[in-house]
Amino acid sequence: MGRTLYDKIWDAHVVKEFGDGSALIYIDRHLVHEVTSPQAFDGLRLNGRKPWRVAANLAVADHNVPTTADRIRGIRDPISRAQVEALDANCAEFGITEFRMNDPRQGIVHVVGPEQGATLPGMTVVCGDSHTSTHGAFGALAFGIGTSEVEHVLATQTLVLKKAKAMRIRVDGEVGVGITAKDIALAIIGSIGTAGGTGYVIEYAGTAIEALSMEGRMTLCNMAIESGARAGLVAVDDKTIAYVKGRPYAPKAQYWDAAVASWRQLHSDPDARFDAEVVLDARSIEPQVTWGTSPEMVVPVSARVPDPAREADPVKRSGMEKALAYMGLAPNTPITDIRIDKVFIGSCTNSRIEDLRAAAAIVKGRRKAPHVKLALVVPGSGLVKAQAEAEGLHHIFLDAGFEWREPGCSMCLAMNADRLEPGERCASTSNRNFEGRQGQGGRTHLVSPAMAAAAAIAGHFVDVRSMH
Amino acid sequence: MRAFTVVTSKVLPLDRANVDTDAIIPKQYLKSIRRTGFGPFLFDDWRYLDPGTLEIDPATRRPNPEFVLNDPRHAGAQILVARDNFGCGSSREHAVWALDDYGFRAVIAPSFADIFYSNCFKNGLLPVVLTAEEVQAIFECVAADADALFTIDLPAQTVRLPCGRVCRFDIHPHHKHNLINGLDEIGLTLAHADAIKAYEAKRRREAPWLFE
Repeated sequence: MGRTLYDKIWDAHVVKEFGDGSALIYIDRHLVHEVTSPQAFDGLRLNGRKPWRVAANLAVADHNVPTTADRIRGIRDPISRAQVEALDANCAEFGITEFRMNDPRQGIVHVVGPEQGATLPGMTVVCGDSHTSTHGAFGALAFGIGTSEVEHVLATQTLVLKKAKAMRIRVDGEVGVGITAKDIALAIIGSIGTAGGTGYVIEYAGTAIEALSMEGRMTLCNMAIESGARAGLVAVDDKTIAYVKGRPYAPKAQYWDAAVASWRQLHSDPDARFDAEVVLDARSIEPQVTWGTSPEMVVPVSARVPDPAREADPVKRSGMEKALAYMGLAPNTPITDIRIDKVFIGSCTNSRIEDLRAAAAIVKGRRKAPHVKLALVVPGSGLVKAQAEAEGLHHIFLDAGFEWREPGCSMCLAMNADRLEPGERCASTSNRNFEGRQGQGGRTHLVSPAMAAAAAIAGHFVDVRSMH
Repeated sequence: MRAFTVVTSKVLPLDRANVDTDAIIPKQYLKSIRRTGFGPFLFDDWRYLDPGTLEIDPATRRPNPEFVLNDPRHAGAQILVARDNFGCGSSREHAVWALDDYGFRAVIAPSFADIFYSNCFKNGLLPVVLTAEEVQAIFECVAADADALFTIDLPAQTVRLPCGRVCRFDIHPHHKHNLINGLDEIGLTLAHADAIKAYEAKRRREAPWLFE
């Protein structure tokens, strides 16, 4: 019987089977950031251990870093500074390559990895961050781990894992104009729910997925975790190989042909069996907007805020009521009537060059609505920022009254100074609309970069297709 | 790691689905570079009426009397029960550290998010999956009598309700063995160092570009 893409990568990384359904799996790439690693490095020191293979690790500070230009003078918040300095010291002590805060290659770890070619097809990639699923866009098995597992990978270059089930989500057909990978991702989560992928690795397939750029595939796989799946995957094709070629960590010339030949095998066999299959029609997908406090609480922009009174399941109804109370929304409100206070364009979901281009295309020649207090654009890395500036995108944003910042996680999770105040409502290109995620009492609506840009201009949600 | 065998305790009922790790421990506390001390910040946004940071002494803050964790009837509970998809969201192990530091030894829910679930086993916290119907029965027991004692027996893989009903739960034998014996997984893996080296040598031959 044929094998799935997940089977192929899993099989290639088994160090030892334990005979009880779990196995020791080799990890090719370990990405490290400042928030989930200090206790792991402490663990190594306490036990007198060293990293198993130093060169497998790549570190970058992203969660805590300020995004204002004055960061060149250091981090003002002493606790954030201590955490970033702890990463610097740990990497120096153990010899791990780190892109420090003011290195032009610094950025969000899930933007930096692929950009450097540190993420390659067929690899196992882990990081102490749930959005590591992003790297599955390259046909790599990539997933988030906790700090104890960070220490385990540092010490042993392996993890003890139980194999997940395989799900395939096919999105067939062609999406309409103005529909992005973010809308596909949100539509999938709306369809299967935030726990629909729990226990699975999801392979995204179908013509709409094949048509996505690598940036789009990263956005899609990034949000696999928001449907409960620890990892998302897309098969390798010409786009994957073209993206990787020439990047600093890509295979050297003498290995290139052999590497490409092996990557060409990274797709599910035609007769491979999946434990679950979901099919979506690309043509039915509209621009998506979340209305609640879980990514599955999502509707098309043309819809209204749902009414809990129509929900039969009491646990779900109570969840909807709590969400609406937190979000300050009445049932049946048209989505396009929801006014916003702030806009955030950034995060490991949507801060790559294609995202900034899509937002700039909407913003060009317009201005943000006067009541929108802040429209923040935070590029995913120093290299994305430089590319955007070379294309003049920063002028478009600045002329429209947006702020143009230094790279980092920023207001996706508000560990730095970028945050919502209580009650503020934000159109955000990030990945989580949980209570308090962007600042205590803040209200998050997840959208695509183009939809966020359109909301900034209109001052409320608007169907971006009317602005093209 | 602390071993887990049998725990008998009251149960704290957290009647919510999709309890995410941002809710369990908000981001401002992730700036700590320690593994301990997160208990006072467990469920911080729900638990206190005023905002908190690592620098604010939690004893000076105003507890939210509406939140179940502040209900004195449930004080001392070592078992938490909640609805579906507990621990979804971020991979932060701080969520498990906060539950452990507060004094919880086990969480019961109809389902857990994958990363949270595996983080539990690294810290001696037992995640117990029961059916939605069994979880509902636990909520009803606690509503009837907050002092009622429940017993989780890991070797037997059972939860005994105060009414005498016994619910069986599944757990991977690997997780069970490590938890009952409080084993250090890194130490166990390093016992296979030769196998890792042999794998690595083979991988280096097959995919040398990964080792450049």
